[in-house]
Amino acid sequence: MLLEAPPLLEVRDLTTAYQGLVAISGISLDVAEGEIVAVAGANGAGKSTLLKTIAGSERPRSGTVKLDGRNIGGTAGHLITAAGIAYVPENRRLFPRLSVADNLRLGSYLFRGKPDREEPLERVFRLFPRLNERLSQRAETLSGGEQQMLAISRALMTRPRLLMLDEPSQGIAPKLVDEIFDAVIAIRAAGTTVLIVEQRLSEVLAIADRGYVLQTGRVVIQGSAKDILDHTDVRKAYLGV
Amino acid sequence: MTLQTVVQVIASGLLMGLIYGLIAVGLSLIFGLMDVVNFAHGEMLMLAMYASFGLVLVSGIDPILLAPLMVAALFAVGALAYLGIVRFAMRARANLGMVQIFATFGLAVGIRGMAQLLFTPDYRSVPNVWLGGRTVSLAGIYLPVPQLAGAAVSILAFGALWLLITRTDLGKALEATREDAGAVALVGIDKNRVFTIGWGLGAGLVGLAGAILSIFYYIHPDVGASFALVAYVTVALGGFGSVFGALAAGIGVGLVEAATTLILPPSLKSIGIYGLYLLVVLVRPRGLFGHL
Repeated sequence: MLLEAPPLLEVRDLTTAYQGLVAISGISLDVAEGEIVAVAGANGAGKSTLLKTIAGSERPRSGTVKLDGRNIGGTAGHLITAAGIAYVPENRRLFPRLSVADNLRLGSYLFRGKPDREEPLERVFRLFPRLNERLSQRAETLSGGEQQMLAISRALMTRPRLLMLDEPSQGIAPKLVDEIFDAVIAIRAAGTTVLIVEQRLSEVLAIADRGYVLQTGRVVIQGSAKDILDHTDVRKAYLGV
Repeated sequence: MTLQTVVQVIASGLLMGLIYGLIAVGLSLIFGLMDVVNFAHGEMLMLAMYASFGLVLVSGIDPILLAPLMVAALFAVGALAYLGIVRFAMRARANLGMVQIFATFGLAVGIRGMAQLLFTPDYRSVPNVWLGGRTVSLAGIYLPVPQLAGAAVSILAFGALWLLITRTDLGKALEATREDAGAVALVGIDKNRVFTIGWGLGAGLVGLAGAILSIFYYIHPDVGASFALVAYVTVALGGFGSVFGALAAGIGVGLVEAATTLILPPSLKSIGIYGLYLLVVLVRPRGLFGHL
């Protein structure tokens, strides 16, 4: 009998509360190696809280988060980054007055002193060539889209197994949104698994393998990207058809 | 007023100013890193001066040679102050600013009280120092050797700090934490570790200043308070959180102080500094190099 490998990320019954108010409640979710998994839902549905809890910037009240079968729930954020989960939060959290080069270099902080420290840089520049032209600029002087590219690149410099993106299309010129989504496809093709939270449902489901729809902190719909797009409730609520 | 007097004032002010910069830089570094004002900064200076004094008595080694040891000892004091007190103060759920102020202020009162108890309020000075009491004269300008050495040490310390900040990963981690302490975990940096090192560095730098001051200044339990006051003015002038602003402002404070002594009686020598401080607060509240 073949043992099925555990999913790369396994979330079970995860509940997180802010000051007594439950933000996500009993969420279970799997991400297999090599997948792009989308999490959708209206504002306040708990999408960002879910990612924050997995990334260790919020502590779960209950439930487990496993990376490769190892429980990482409730661990400090910097250790979760070291374990292989890179997280690009909604507001990107770049180091604004540091240069693009310094932001990228800090991304490889965990590999300091190693000869191959800058190895992912080449991949990052192939993904977002315009960053290469802006290396000495302060991060705060970049456009919204470029900042998002830098945030994703900084996350890739940590050499993650799982990349988590929170609303990467937010506050970005429409032309650059396509560029970001194309980059997500390229990132997966290069071997990094992606968990992406998005409001733009049809666009994100076009690149995702599977998806979860959250409502008031719970998973209400899950399935393949196509199933979710075809789901009547989803069509009514999000696509207006 | 002759040209010679003016040059003398500039030279004396410059030397003392470099030392003021060294005294202040640790305060600015810690504030920049985490928005906490270390009200025990002067007491850390005092501790270093006593430690230098005590070690000289025990070992007979000259205080200037003991300076690296003071840096290490005060690094430990600073790191412990963060790990043992400030870290917990930062977890306060209400009145965070007040809690932080009273935590470091309480530490200051505690250290000063202990010093009075253990060392008595007597004034002391380090005996038989190589550099003590010597002066060199250059074209009629007299320069005290201890201050000259202190200024040189200060320049070296700022040079080393500049290399640390611009050339090392630790320096980048410090800068990143200063920018957004909540975001460094995203690149795998433990902000608590950076804060601990930051407090260690801040205290270590004032430890170096203490080793220098012990060569030419009287040592007593309240000695830190007067220097701390000047350090707050220096940090405000240079811009809260700006490391190299502290250097520039320290020089400015030294020059203004020296110029004031030229015009006013010595008992009023601080008027110039505080006048400068008021001017900065009114005209440019963020200081020379600070940002809001």
